[in-house]
Amino acid sequence: MKRVLRSFKYVYLGLMLLFLYLPIVYLIVFSFNDFTSVSGRQAYSSIGTWKGFTLANYGAVFTDRSAGPAIVLTIEIALISSLAATIIGTAAAIGINSMRKRTRTAVLSVSQLPMVNPDLVTGITFMMLFAFVSSLLGINVGDFARLLIAHISFSIPYVIFSVLPRLKQSSDMLYEAALDLGCSPIQALLKAVIPDIMPGITSGFIMALTMSLDDFVVSYFIAKEQQTLSVHIYSSFRHGVNPAIATILFVPLVAMLLIVNLRRIAKEREYEIQNKKVKMK
Amino acid sequence: MKKWICIALTVVMILSFAACKKTIKVDEDTFADGDQYEYIGGELNVLNWGEYIDPDLLTLFEQETGVKVNYIEMTSNEEMLMKLRSADSSYDICVPSDYIIEQMIREDMLQPLDMSKIPNAKNIDPKMIEITNGFDPGNKYSLPYMWGTVGILYNTTMVDEPVDSWGILWNEKYKGSIWMYDSPRDTIGVTLKYLGYDMNTRNEDEVAAARDKLIEQAPLIKGFGTDEMRQSMIEGNEALAVIYSGDAFLCIDENPELTYIVPKEGSNVWFDNMVIMKNAKNVEAAHALINFLNDGAIAARNTEYIYYSTPNKAAMERLDPYFTENEIYNPPQEVLDRCELFHDLGDFVEIYNAAWNKITSK
Amino acid sequence: MKRKYFAYPYIVWMILFIAVPMIFIFYYAFNVDGRWTTERFVQTIANGDYWIVLLKSVEIAFITTAICLLLAYPIAYILSNMKKSVAAFISVLFFVPMWMNFVLRTYAWYAILEFAFPKLLGVKLLTNSTSNTIAVLVVMVYDFLPFMVLPLYNTLSKLDRSLLEASRDLGANGVTTFFRVVLPLSVPGIVSGITMVFIPAITAFTVTAMIGHGKPNLYGNVIEKQFKSTSGGFATGSTLAIILLICVMVSTLIMNHFDKDKEGGSIL
Repeated sequence: MKRVLRSFKYVYLGLMLLFLYLPIVYLIVFSFNDFTSVSGRQAYSSIGTWKGFTLANYGAVFTDRSAGPAIVLTIEIALISSLAATIIGTAAAIGINSMRKRTRTAVLSVSQLPMVNPDLVTGITFMMLFAFVSSLLGINVGDFARLLIAHISFSIPYVIFSVLPRLKQSSDMLYEAALDLGCSPIQALLKAVIPDIMPGITSGFIMALTMSLDDFVVSYFIAKEQQTLSVHIYSSFRHGVNPAIATILFVPLVAMLLIVNLRRIAKEREYEIQNKKVKMK
Repeated sequence: MKKWICIALTVVMILSFAACKKTIKVDEDTFADGDQYEYIGGELNVLNWGEYIDPDLLTLFEQETGVKVNYIEMTSNEEMLMKLRSADSSYDICVPSDYIIEQMIREDMLQPLDMSKIPNAKNIDPKMIEITNGFDPGNKYSLPYMWGTVGILYNTTMVDEPVDSWGILWNEKYKGSIWMYDSPRDTIGVTLKYLGYDMNTRNEDEVAAARDKLIEQAPLIKGFGTDEMRQSMIEGNEALAVIYSGDAFLCIDENPELTYIVPKEGSNVWFDNMVIMKNAKNVEAAHALINFLNDGAIAARNTEYIYYSTPNKAAMERLDPYFTENEIYNPPQEVLDRCELFHDLGDFVEIYNAAWNKITSK
Repeated sequence: MKRKYFAYPYIVWMILFIAVPMIFIFYYAFNVDGRWTTERFVQTIANGDYWIVLLKSVEIAFITTAICLLLAYPIAYILSNMKKSVAAFISVLFFVPMWMNFVLRTYAWYAILEFAFPKLLGVKLLTNSTSNTIAVLVVMVYDFLPFMVLPLYNTLSKLDRSLLEASRDLGANGVTTFFRVVLPLSVPGIVSGITMVFIPAITAFTVTAMIGHGKPNLYGNVIEKQFKSTSGGFATGSTLAIILLICVMVSTLIMNHFDKDKEGGSIL
């Protein structure tokens, strides 16, 4: 009975993983499919029929007029916005941590707003903001700036909430001590506080990066003449998306995350084993 | 260390995309009216339908004029209008349909074309010019880009009876296998025709009748589609689709089991014209692009790519008989006689929109 | 220099780009073509069609959340009972698809449902509202499942094992222990899982747009259309967004009521 139950557990997990990975694997497989149709057209929407192996789809990504720029834009926005969000967010976390309890609670609950807000609402509010700024002040904000502002805004809270727990663990004395030893506030921050909370900052950065790469709705509402990759996929799915465009950025990303995480786990395990050995001695 | 490898890889990736630019070969056959393009520079924001231009032509235009073209796709006239009305709209040139152009002229959104900058306009068939005068008198603001009819594309292996009426779309036999077009004017328009009314009716009862007829049809249809209908018809997944003639021609080219007809009750003949927005920034480049696309050889290449009918006479002369003798691509007069243009309805369009909301929420 | 000043750039940023834009929803709901009026607002509120769509969306979001919870709880429970190292390994496999773009995952399903099934199995799936609704539900569950597993796993794996032993020592069997001890203690995880699935599910317009060809028409789709392709300004869309915001607030309040310690708020 127990063994049946245990194997059932693994079967269940296996089925769920299959459910989660099947569509991704499907896209990867079809990114190597030959989509040339009867009349010689590249019919990417015939994504149900296997016609033969080719690498041509990956070549086509590079010559596609809109896919190439979309991939570049997506990467640029993700890197710059997450970097900016990490800087502003880390500074904010340090500031918030030293606030009095009541102010802190108030600022934190407002900070949660962009996280609870549906991205649909975030998207339309930004769309209105830029339309309003343009009609009233006559300032036409370019697409790159729009995307950057929006992406920074919705990622900052994630940075704050990953840095704050680390700050709470780290001692308040550190900063004071650095000041006493003759550091300027900025120096104290850079040399004493930041190194201590680095793991929190890193995970905040990764969080911001993934939020930016994962975004579709906000970019869809605010961008006009430039498209991020997800907007490009959405706006052309009706006449077929080259699956290589879809996989070229995201599959390496997912693979990288898997590897990084698994290696971290392996390291932790090694550490645990070593600890055990020390204890046994 | 790992971090630096990641960053380096990203930079390499960005650079490789930037470096990869296709170049289009130019020889004496590229242009029919001569290589008359000078350097203009700047950017040009083009708003057009999905897959509605040969992308190589845009690259060629960029090569010839040094203009960077931002090509943005839309899926419906209504979506386009919304984009253009926004206070921060930055599009220079777009390709709306007839009735929308009429409305845009009324709302003063367009700027008159400077014909001296579009010498290739002479290539456009005078017969087509005459029809487009129906919504843009004297072609002051627009020049035709592509045109066609609305009809029914069906799979002859799945539909047994002869198809000659819109009525087949209400046939229970094809439940779940019927595509309707995701556009209020087109779908309500053909229903009005089926009921024997005018496509541009301003009678609320008639619109209500069409609305009820479409609500009655709701359980039978697969959905309201646009470009996704094509592959589904080509693969033989669905039996019937209300579709534009150009798409129908393309589908039949891939799957000969398909046939396209314009029903006997009559239908819509439509024109997608190029217009320049009033607040366009790069007016020079916008005119150059219109001129470029009206070059006989370029227009022929474009129509061969997208399969929609060109109004360009010089292009027609260059095309293969496979195109010009095809009755879908080049419909005979008797078909055109039972088709009419959509017109701007003014504020009455709200009645259509309300009806459409009711239909699509079913 | 006081450290709290470091938060000021952020506070200014938030006021400019989060608080001020929120005001525009209200501005555009009541300001039509430059004059203040409640006419459009009332008109929209009084239109029963929108409420029907909202109800249907809430229903679909509710079903999605329920299925996600039912599927995810066993996953999280099994993982939390495994050896630490094995659990860490498998849990990563569950969370990683979460980082893949939403549109992309939905597109993969579009390809499978629309083209692979008819070709490979000869079964046509998306033929009417009912089958479309089922397909939309499957894809929504797929898209949101990791977001449910994550908080549940976080809560369950932090559960104090000695409590379970105590329960067993006091004579409770496995089932009783689960319902009397484990389940109540995992409420914060359940709550934050529900928050992470329910609201996004109400507003997800991409799934119906891509999978269902506009059927079923959900609240997110209506709002998207109002802003993307309907003439007549932002008034109706803004009003609909206000209703949505009220829904969000109400559900957040209800959730906070269940999660008094605010511990389940951990998204990371």
